[in-house]
Amino acid sequence: MNVAVVVFPGTNCEHDVKHALGLLDIKSELVFHLETDLSAFDGVVLPGGFAHGDYLRTGAIARFSPVMDSVAALAQAGAPVLGICNGFQVLCEAGLLPGALVANRDLSFICKPIHVRVESATSVLTAATEPGAVLRIPLNSYEGNYVADPATLDELEANGQVLLRYCDEAGNPTEPANPNGSERNIAGVANAAGNVAGLMPHPERAVETILGSTDGLGLMRSMATFLELAGATP
Amino acid sequence: MSMIATDSGAEPAHRQLGMTDDEYQSVIEILGREPRPAELAMYSVMWSEHCSYKSSRMHLGRFPTEAPWVVVGPGENAGVVDLGDGWLAALRIESHNHPSFVEPYQGAATGVGGILRDIFTMGARPIAVWDPLRFGELDDAHNRYLLNGVVSGIAGYGNAVGVPTLGGEVEFADRYSANPLVNVMALGLLKREQLVLSAASGVGNIAILLGAATGRDGIGGASILASASFDETSGAKRPSVQVGDPFEEKKLIEACLELYERGLVVGIQDLGAAGISCATSECAANGGMGMDVDLDSVTLREKGMTAGEILMSESQERMLAIVEPEVVAEVIAIAKKWEVHANVIGTVTEGGALRIRQHGELVAELPAASLSDDAPKYDRPSARPANLDDLWAAGLESAPAGEVGDVLLALLDDPALADKSWIYQQYDHQLFLNTVVEPGHDGSLLRIKGTEKGLAVSTDGNGRRCYLDPRRGTSRLVMEAALNVAVAGTRPFAVVDNLNFGNPEKPEIMWQFIEAVEGMSQACEQLGIPVIGGNVSFYNESNGVDIYPSPVVGMLGFADPMPSAPPRLDRAADGMEIWLLGPRDDTDFAASAYARVILGRLDGRPAPADPELGPQVIATATELAHSLPVLHDLSAGGLGVALAEIAIAGGLGCTVRDVGWSELWSEGPHRFLALCEPGAMPEVEVPAVRIGEMGGDQLDFGEHGSVPLADAARVWRDALPRRMA
Repeated sequence: MNVAVVVFPGTNCEHDVKHALGLLDIKSELVFHLETDLSAFDGVVLPGGFAHGDYLRTGAIARFSPVMDSVAALAQAGAPVLGICNGFQVLCEAGLLPGALVANRDLSFICKPIHVRVESATSVLTAATEPGAVLRIPLNSYEGNYVADPATLDELEANGQVLLRYCDEAGNPTEPANPNGSERNIAGVANAAGNVAGLMPHPERAVETILGSTDGLGLMRSMATFLELAGATP
Repeated sequence: MSMIATDSGAEPAHRQLGMTDDEYQSVIEILGREPRPAELAMYSVMWSEHCSYKSSRMHLGRFPTEAPWVVVGPGENAGVVDLGDGWLAALRIESHNHPSFVEPYQGAATGVGGILRDIFTMGARPIAVWDPLRFGELDDAHNRYLLNGVVSGIAGYGNAVGVPTLGGEVEFADRYSANPLVNVMALGLLKREQLVLSAASGVGNIAILLGAATGRDGIGGASILASASFDETSGAKRPSVQVGDPFEEKKLIEACLELYERGLVVGIQDLGAAGISCATSECAANGGMGMDVDLDSVTLREKGMTAGEILMSESQERMLAIVEPEVVAEVIAIAKKWEVHANVIGTVTEGGALRIRQHGELVAELPAASLSDDAPKYDRPSARPANLDDLWAAGLESAPAGEVGDVLLALLDDPALADKSWIYQQYDHQLFLNTVVEPGHDGSLLRIKGTEKGLAVSTDGNGRRCYLDPRRGTSRLVMEAALNVAVAGTRPFAVVDNLNFGNPEKPEIMWQFIEAVEGMSQACEQLGIPVIGGNVSFYNESNGVDIYPSPVVGMLGFADPMPSAPPRLDRAADGMEIWLLGPRDDTDFAASAYARVILGRLDGRPAPADPELGPQVIATATELAHSLPVLHDLSAGGLGVALAEIAIAGGLGCTVRDVGWSELWSEGPHRFLALCEPGAMPEVEVPAVRIGEMGGDQLDFGEHGSVPLADAARVWRDALPRRMA
C-alpha cells in the first residue's frame, strides 16, 4: 500500500511516521496540505504537531485545509485514515470521528510513556493487535482529554468503536492510570466502519527497542492488515 | 563637549539608550559628525554589553578553541564540529535571564526561538534543546510563579515549534530570586554541503527579510534589559520583552531548510538582539561588503514606526537571507508556500558602507564594520573578594554524625536533587525518534538515524561552588559535564559555555569572571577539547545583590559507534555488584548538598579537579558504557544520593558496605558508580572498589542504618510536584 502522510504548516511528526512505516515496509509519501487529489494513495495518516499553529481550537483551521476534502473522500470510500495526536484532533474537528479533545485535566503538557489496553481489534488502528493487549506508548499532548456526550460514548462502546483505553501496567483502566482526564479512559476511537481511527498517544514513537518500546509496531502495521483483511472479505 | 546636548535638563538621548558619554564621543569620531537618531539607536544597541561583549572580550581569547574536528569556532551563530561521513553538528548556548524575570513565559519562549534560529542559520535542522535554569527558593510564591512560567514558556514554544527539549538542569538559591537564570542550548544536525555562513558576498546580491512582520516589541531589549541591573521598577520594562510565535518559527525553519536544500542562499543571518541593525551590518561586515537597505520594504506590524524603531525592533522569527538576483522569485515562491513573509529590503554593495533609507531619505550611513569592530572594549579592574579567606578557613572536612534516614530523605526532598520529571514531562523530549537516553539521566543521548553515531549532551552548573572558588568550581563543571557524557557512552568532544555573572563594574565580579574563564580553559585543555562558542551574561544583579558566579557548561559528547545498549539508571537487577570508580573522597564538603541542606552552610574551599586522573576516569567511563548496564556520575548529594537514584529508577534496593559516613555525602570530583553482573567488572586503570550489591526493598547502608526504598522514592518523586501544586 502507499500511504499519504499529510503535512500541514505546523505538523512536526511527519518524518517520524514515515520512519515507522518504513520499518514495516509500508510505502509512504509526505503530502503538503495544499494537495487536493489523494486518489493515488491507499490510505492517509494525519500526523502529530500543531497544524496551523493551533492557536484557535486544535484542528479548527486544519479541517479547512485544501487536502481535507480528499481525506474525507478516502474515508467515505472505506480507505484507512489514521489520525495521531494532532491528527486525531483534526479528524474530530472535521467530523470524521466522534467526540472532541480538550485541555488535559491538570492543564499542563504531558510527555511520558503511558499504558493503553486494546479494546477492539477490528479497526484500521488495531487490526494487527490482540484485544486485551497492554501497550506501552508515549503520550505527548496538551489537549488530549477525550470528551463526548454520554449517549455518544455509550454508542461507541456498544459498537466496539472504543479502540484503546488508558490503563495501568496490568491493564486495569483505573483513574490514576488516566493521564489527562479522558472520558472512560478513552485513548483512541474509530468511526462505525472502523476505517477511520484516531488516538492521542504516538505509536510511531514506540517502534524500536533502542527507543524504549516496540509496542507501537502493531498499531502502525494495522492499516495494512486492515486493507488485507478487507481485500480477503468477499 | 557641546555635542552632548540636553533639552531642558533631560537626560541626553545616548544616555537614555544606555550609552556612556565616552562611547558617544567614539561614534562622533567614527562618523565625523553627530549621529542621526537612527544611527545613534544602532550604535547604542550594537555596542551594548549584550551585543558587543565589551567587558569580556579581552578575556575570552583565553579559551582553547582549536581541534581537528572544529569546522566553525566561536564568533559565528553556532559552533560546528565534524562527526565524520559528511555529518556535522552545530551547538549554541544563550541566556534569556532578564526578559524571563520580567515576563517568564515569553522570556523563556523567545529564548528557545532565538537559539533555534542560531542553529538553522547555519544550515542545520535543530534537533534538540536544553534549558539550564536558576531560581530563588520555592518556598516563595513569586519564585514558584517564575519556575512555572518559564517551564510553560519553554514547553509552549518548544513543543509547538517541533523541536524536542531534552531537559537541562536546575538549581535554587535566594541569590536568584530577583534575577533568575534562563539559559538555553540547542543542537543541530546537518550534512557538510548544507553549511551556510552569515557573510554577504557578491556585489548586487539581494537581501531578503524573511518571517514575521516587524513591530515595536522588544525595542531596546539588548541594551535596556540584557545590559543593565535590576531594581523594583523592572516591571516597567515589560514592553521591552519580545513575544514569541512558535508557528511562525516552525514555518520559517521549514522554509529556510528548503532554501538551503535547493542551494538558493549565499549567506544568512538571524535577527535577534538589535534586529535589522545587527543582521544587515554583520552580513555586510562579515563579507567585507556594504549594503543599501530600504526600510519602506519591511513589512510592519503597526503604522508610524520610526527608522530607529524599525532598526532596533527585536520582533521574533525573522531572518535576513542574501541571495543572487536571479533566484529572488524562486525564494519568494518557497516563502509563500510556507506562508512566510519575504521582502527584498536591500542590495549588497561595494565598499563597507551600510546605507539605510526610509521614505526616500537617508536615515543612516555608516561603516558597517564599525558597529562590531569598533565597539568599545574594556579592561575592567578585578579584585579577589575580601571574604574568601574567611570562607575557605571555615570549611567542613567531615560530616557530623547523623541518621542515614534523616539525611537521605532530606536530601531527596531538596528540589535541586529531587526528581525533575515535573519539569521535563512538560517538554516533548522524543520528537524525531533520536532520543535514546531521555532527560532524568546524567546526560541525554541521541542517535543519528542511518548511522551508528551517537551524541550525548549534558549541561552543568554549580553557582555555589563557583562562588567559593570560581576557578576550581568552573574546571570541575567541565570535568563533571565530561563525565556525564562519558557515562552515556561518548567521549567529550566540544564545549559551549554560558557565563552568567553579576555586575562587571564591580572588581570582585570581574575577578570571578576571569577566574572562571581560566578554570574552564584549563579543564578543556586537560581534556583536549575545544570551546566552540559561548555567551556572556553580565549585570545579573538586582537591588545591588549579584548572583553567584554561574558559568554553565554545555558539553557535547560523540561516539561512533555508540553503545548498542547504552547505560541507563533503570537497568539495575537483583544481585548486580555496585562499584565505585575514581578517587575515594570523604572530605569535600564545600558547596555540598549536605552542607547546604542539612547544615545550612556555604563555606570551605572546593577540592580542585585532578588534571591527570580526571581525564582517565572520564575515558574509563566511556569505555565501560559499552558493556555495563548502569553508570552514574556522583554529583550533588554524593554517593548516598547517587545510590538512591539508581535504586529508585530500578525499583530495587541495595546493600552497601565499607563506606564511611562522610564518604556517603562528600562531593569530591571524578567519581561514578557502575553496576555489573556478579564477577563481570572489567579490569580498569583507575581506582575501583566494590561497595555492595543490588537487591531487596531497603537502601541498606550497613552500620549507618537503612531506609525503605518506597519512602525514598516517594519523597524524591513528590518534592517538586508537592511544592508546585
